[in-house]
Amino acid sequence: MTRDVAIVGLGCTSFRPTSPHASYREMIFEAAVKAYSDAGIEPDQVDTFMSVSEDYLEGTAIVDEYVPDQLGAVLKPVHTIGADGITGLASAFLQIRTGQFEVALVEGRSKASNVLHPAHIDAFALDPVYVRPLELHPRFVAGLEMRAFLEATGNTEEQAAAVVEKNRGNACRNPMAAHPARTSAQDVLRSAPIAEPLKEGDAALPADGSIVIILASAEAAARMKGQPVYIEGVGWAQDTPNIEERDWSRAAYAEEAARQAYRMAKISDPAGQIQFAEVDDAFAYKELQHLESVGLAPTGMAGRMLEQGEFSPGGRLPVNASGGSLGCGHVHDLAGLRSVMEAALQLRGDAGDRQLNNPRVGLAQSWRGVPTASGGAAVLSRR
Amino acid sequence: MRPLAGTSLSDQALTQGEALTTSWRVKAEYAWDTGAAVGKFLAGLKEGKVLGVQCSGCERTLIPPRAFCELCFAPIDRWVELSGTGVINTFSVSFVNWDATRRDTPEIPAVIEIDGASPGLGILHVLGEVGEDLPTVLSKVAIGKRVQAVWKPQSEREGAITDIRYFKLVG
Repeated sequence: MTRDVAIVGLGCTSFRPTSPHASYREMIFEAAVKAYSDAGIEPDQVDTFMSVSEDYLEGTAIVDEYVPDQLGAVLKPVHTIGADGITGLASAFLQIRTGQFEVALVEGRSKASNVLHPAHIDAFALDPVYVRPLELHPRFVAGLEMRAFLEATGNTEEQAAAVVEKNRGNACRNPMAAHPARTSAQDVLRSAPIAEPLKEGDAALPADGSIVIILASAEAAARMKGQPVYIEGVGWAQDTPNIEERDWSRAAYAEEAARQAYRMAKISDPAGQIQFAEVDDAFAYKELQHLESVGLAPTGMAGRMLEQGEFSPGGRLPVNASGGSLGCGHVHDLAGLRSVMEAALQLRGDAGDRQLNNPRVGLAQSWRGVPTASGGAAVLSRR
Repeated sequence: MRPLAGTSLSDQALTQGEALTTSWRVKAEYAWDTGAAVGKFLAGLKEGKVLGVQCSGCERTLIPPRAFCELCFAPIDRWVELSGTGVINTFSVSFVNWDATRRDTPEIPAVIEIDGASPGLGILHVLGEVGEDLPTVLSKVAIGKRVQAVWKPQSEREGAITDIRYFKLVG
């Protein structure tokens, strides 16, 4: 008999382009205090801690060693996930499922503004023999993918630009968002090319921030004060790192991650059963590609559905009502946790001015960003 | 000794390009936000002051300062000025350079328990003026000996832990 696992506490800082007022430790402390308050528990009630971090983005090796103090996790089990946030959530979920732990905490933070040459960090992730010596700005990977994806599926640059208009507009109703804007698809299309057809306006701007999410077994959750949001299914997958052999027309990692999550959640008809989604939109076209890959739009139809308003907050399947990474700011591996947090807020009815109409089942999906082909998916519900 | 299987590579093969090599220097540079607690501590050093904080939960006086107590999980905002003196908690005499070559004169890292801080709390620094060879250092330095900070001149301080040059024995 597997045990059910629920999200019982959420805490975050605002997402901001810079955050000189707080060290990363102080940011995590703020998110943790809020999450404990939200769950109505104390740190000593948490059995296991998950830290989502990537040393090269922090500038400190083995940076998770610096995590326990600000979480109340001194002398507790701490587990580092050097992957995207949903993979971290999945690890916490599975640790509770083992029966060994009742309450788990997942932490992540972005200090993107502290990384002086972010493109150089991305380039360092490229294959050192075949690709890196070409000394290309790593965003070329997104340019290659965007062209091949649009060509293969019939989605258009204009439709990708419309994703930006929608998401940055949605962010205007999200007080935590770093980059809300009343921008138009035309503005995006007129912006400077960076790796054509990818334009400046297509790319999410970075942001700083921290998120803490507390999970509990259903039995432990029942003893807590808040409304639990159940994790019905999780999945994560990595495609081959070979840029040369990727099928750009779809995000195979997202397909597989969603397939795992749907199977666990007993979702047989995602388009019919998922009521809203927070999907990765680090680049505008990625929202369209991810929607098609996780089965929420038929191949080649995501752009048209977007134009018809289906993915708008009042539409049939609201997508990135939070503003997504385009509106909230791109917080690297934390982006997946931000999607999970938004989905949980929506399911609890705590999403404020951007609250959707009484949703019961939502999807959070993540991508690790250029140059990776890996990501996760989680199906959340209110029972 | 039996030779290992495979093709051996000489240093020359690597440096003279006989073997295929690839190299890359990653531009991993960061500008960390100090935040509230570390920022105030560093500003204090620039003024020649050693600042600590006090937790209202466990009543410990903590150094280096932090915005929250890691044991009480409570925020901290009570600051106190401590002294530049303390006792040696532990030390080591290091004769190894960064490239693993031997040093003639040692470096002496030490944990200094700062006067006024709660027991067991202090800062990591180096000792100076305690000799240049192992027998001399060991004849002078010991756990529990009193030390004091030797500061850079005010004009050279920049708000860094190195604003204290080193700690030397008292008296």
